[in-house]
Amino acid sequence: MIELNQINKSFDSKQILFDISGKFEKGKTNLIIGASGTGKSVLLKSMVGLVQPDSGEVYYDGRDFTNGGKRLKTDVRREIGMLFQGGALFDSKTVEENVKFPLDMLTKMRKDEKLDRVNTCLKMVGLENVNTKMPSEISGGMKKRVGIARAIVNNSRYLYCDEPNSGLDPQTSILIDNLIKDITKELDITTIVVTHDMNSVMEIGEFVMFLYKGKKLWEGNNETIFDCGVQELEDFIFANNLMRTVRKNR
Amino acid sequence: MFIGSLFARRETLKTYSKLTIDECIKIGYDSLFIIAIVSTFMGAVTTLQTAYNLVSPFIPDYVISLVVRDMTILEMSPTIMAIVFAGKVGSNIAGELGTMRITEQIDALEVMGINSASYLVLPKVVASLIMYPMLVVISAFLCILGGYLAGTLSGVITGAEYTYGLRFEFIPFTVQFALTKSIVFAYLVTSISAYKGFYTSGGALQVGQASTSAVTNSCIAILVADYLLAQIML
Repeated sequence: MIELNQINKSFDSKQILFDISGKFEKGKTNLIIGASGTGKSVLLKSMVGLVQPDSGEVYYDGRDFTNGGKRLKTDVRREIGMLFQGGALFDSKTVEENVKFPLDMLTKMRKDEKLDRVNTCLKMVGLENVNTKMPSEISGGMKKRVGIARAIVNNSRYLYCDEPNSGLDPQTSILIDNLIKDITKELDITTIVVTHDMNSVMEIGEFVMFLYKGKKLWEGNNETIFDCGVQELEDFIFANNLMRTVRKNR
Repeated sequence: MFIGSLFARRETLKTYSKLTIDECIKIGYDSLFIIAIVSTFMGAVTTLQTAYNLVSPFIPDYVISLVVRDMTILEMSPTIMAIVFAGKVGSNIAGELGTMRITEQIDALEVMGINSASYLVLPKVVASLIMYPMLVVISAFLCILGGYLAGTLSGVITGAEYTYGLRFEFIPFTVQFALTKSIVFAYLVTSISAYKGFYTSGGALQVGQASTSAVTNSCIAILVADYLLAQIML
């Protein structure tokens, strides 16, 4: 479980996050949603330690990550897997080398064990026979799947996904969403997805936290979101015609 | 602080060895062609221009190769090649790290608990310190060879005179001075370029600016260091 306790963050004189608290449970796909520029990515970066919050704490299964020493931070980070918006695959390495990279750096596994693990993870994300391809030779959806494989290859306990559907077609988006959900259940890990895609909310939103202008305005799940009673969230949900039609037909 | 961060939370020696060998190939071997071309022509042109300026019958011809030798060892091979090195290797380092930064590859390393500065920059600095002095030695050899070929083929100096001039009152300390300069310049080019690339923010435009800035700053640093080293060591 990951807990946030009153996270605040400013850049220069502009405050981005205001007292964000919440709990993200193990075995669930937890979503952080909100419009662009609302502080979702800053919150995510604060949670993984890429940005240091001005105040507040992030706890990983009770371990104070924000105020912990370098050793603790390194230990926790080695339990984190992260899928970046653009995949963030290493351009100079093949798909196999990209997925194997955390094992090379963080474990003392034998070569054949590593290869087995890489192939298992690539199979889990539905990719086979692409081991020797370079990132520039595969599609955007495949890059995301390789990114997921790399994030879970080291038996990560916490999986972060930053806008996993950005730039993907609707069908591939659903495929990636379901993949994230399946992996969360299968590996029993704590998954946090940052998105502004309502399709993802409806597909995999077992826990949803809504941010608006850096403040947490609502939390719930994909079943209760339509009855949230928060004007800003309703404006966000029903911003497009499709969702307005869904509301009319309810 | 940046250089200090290279030595914090280090990875295993095996990891660095492999990365350093890869970087040695990229930094050293891949620079051979441009270094060879520039050095050979620089030596050839220096010989012809020196010969053109030595019109007095009281100055023996072997002075041409003596001038080429001292200019090559003292200045052209370590310093001019460092400018070429900054243009090729420095811009490459800044561009590579800048692109890695804006495409979140550096963030990916950090999230994995790897010291990205140490993992990405330290092998480049070490490889540069190993390879650049070697490039300077090769450059000096080719520069003098280029001078020999240009001088003998154009008839401004005979082969025997050229060789005599190369040996005449040779001071071995000049080689030591050139190698000292090469180590300092290699460190300056790599660390400045890595710093510029590593702290890039924004997009493709900023990566380009980081590369340009890396080369400009490296060149200025080389020239300042060149003056200081000459002042201190000569």
